[in-house]
Amino acid sequence: MSQEREMITGIDVPIYLQYKFTAGTAPARFLSQVKKGVLTGQRCPGCGNVYCPPRGSCAACGLPTEEEVVLSDKATVQSFTIVAIPIPNNPIQPPYIIANLVPDGSNLSFIHLMSECVNEEVHIGQRVQALWKSEEEWDYAMDNIRYFKPIDEADVPVERIGHMPVTGWED
Amino acid sequence: MANLAAVVGIGQTKYTTKRGDVSIAGLVREAAVNALQDAGLVWDDIDAVIIGKAPDMFEGVIMPESYLTDALGCNGKPMMRVHTAGSVGGSTALVAASHVQSGTFKRVLTVAFEKQSESNAMWALSTPQPFSVHLNAGAGGYFAPIIREYMRRSQAPYDVGIKVAVKDRLHGARNPLAHLQKPDITMQEVEDSFMLWDPLRFLEACPSSDGACAMVIASEDLAAQSPKPPAWIRGVAMRSEPTMYAGREEVNPQAGRDCAADVYQQAGITDPRKDLDCAEVYVPFSWYEPMWLENLGFAAEGEGWKLTMEGATSLDEGGDIPWNPSGGVLCSNPIGASGMIRFAEAARQVRGDAGDHQVEGAKLALGHAYGGGAQFFSMWVVGSEKS
Repeated sequence: MSQEREMITGIDVPIYLQYKFTAGTAPARFLSQVKKGVLTGQRCPGCGNVYCPPRGSCAACGLPTEEEVVLSDKATVQSFTIVAIPIPNNPIQPPYIIANLVPDGSNLSFIHLMSECVNEEVHIGQRVQALWKSEEEWDYAMDNIRYFKPIDEADVPVERIGHMPVTGWED
Repeated sequence: MANLAAVVGIGQTKYTTKRGDVSIAGLVREAAVNALQDAGLVWDDIDAVIIGKAPDMFEGVIMPESYLTDALGCNGKPMMRVHTAGSVGGSTALVAASHVQSGTFKRVLTVAFEKQSESNAMWALSTPQPFSVHLNAGAGGYFAPIIREYMRRSQAPYDVGIKVAVKDRLHGARNPLAHLQKPDITMQEVEDSFMLWDPLRFLEACPSSDGACAMVIASEDLAAQSPKPPAWIRGVAMRSEPTMYAGREEVNPQAGRDCAADVYQQAGITDPRKDLDCAEVYVPFSWYEPMWLENLGFAAEGEGWKLTMEGATSLDEGGDIPWNPSGGVLCSNPIGASGMIRFAEAARQVRGDAGDHQVEGAKLALGHAYGGGAQFFSMWVVGSEKS
């Protein structure tokens, strides 16, 4: 071999990890309800806060959360970011909005996608509602909700975000 | 009561995007050898090695410490690995310090590293969870909404983050080890850079770096024999809290406030802005400077951004409390090492050995690190004097 070849200093070795997830009581219950198109949370017997998705205990009080609460699929924007880069292995195209959303009846936000909105007009306190996939696609996953979209309801004042009753503004 | 301990040697690598010329073992050894040389010591002088790094998936090498024993000269010696996410560089230094303060060992070598070029940290931080949608857009995606909430509460002007991004890069231009070298950076350049995770622009975020940092920590009697001035450890504190609970204060975490109060109390600090000469604080995204200025008690709640805008934290503007004179995490971010670099750079300042980014006459400095969902905090205060 007379040709000079570049020295190899590294090679790509992709790693694929597959986990078997043992859900435990609380997430198993939650995911079973999500499969039926229902969002649920669990209430802490100490502070009274409702967690969604529930993990089985309240991290603030250290108590098990056993009381199940059916929540609304309406929610309030607690905060958000507009992301300009793709998520590895996710087909979603930037720019997209990831929002911290608190569903009515819950006291903690989860993240989900927002769509059918003008990105520049999304704001803290905005009211949104879940857009579910068609029923035959439902699985044990929060992906059953395709995304949340704005609804024509008054903004929630900042001090009330995270404290909306399950009946929302109809209360 | 803990025994006195001091930093007697510091070694770093030049931070860069990719160190293709060394393996992980070569990288950590380079920092360790530099620290031993700085301390005027050899491998046999070391009693134990404490190593730290961020999540293993950042390189895809699980439990790398088990193969690094050779490179770090710890055959036949105790070795321990510490892991507290992004704050690990700080907590690793604290674990090392506690082994000397307790009298268990006389001299401990501590090393922290990350070789980010060997994997993809954003991927490593985005593993799917079955009870949640798979939308974790890396650390920036997690912290951007918290920053947005800080901006809403404080009503700070939009360009505070831009100012921090410029200030830390100008500091970094004084530090030959800093990864990003941007001596001509302007506010306009940062403002015009790509909006990555709104409200965070590309130039308001930290880079991905390869690098390692090491320190030798010695007992009081051995530190007194050291050829260069020791940095005396005057206070050490760690705090943690859960990532998610209803009503959690995410902008100004309780664990950070408690950790600061503890370390200040040990070091006899009542007014951090006045009593400290400088601080090396973990600021991976620009807006975390004003947020931590408040969390660490340098400013009242809602007022941190004013110190930034007045130039109080800038070396170039002659500020009274320079933050991150080394350029900070915004210039160099080998994640697992980033916390230890803060601790080491604070020690360099009080040893009077910080080169072109030396804060004149620095006698007391804070090193700070945070990690996870801003839930792990580690801090130390180091001084040129024992008390």
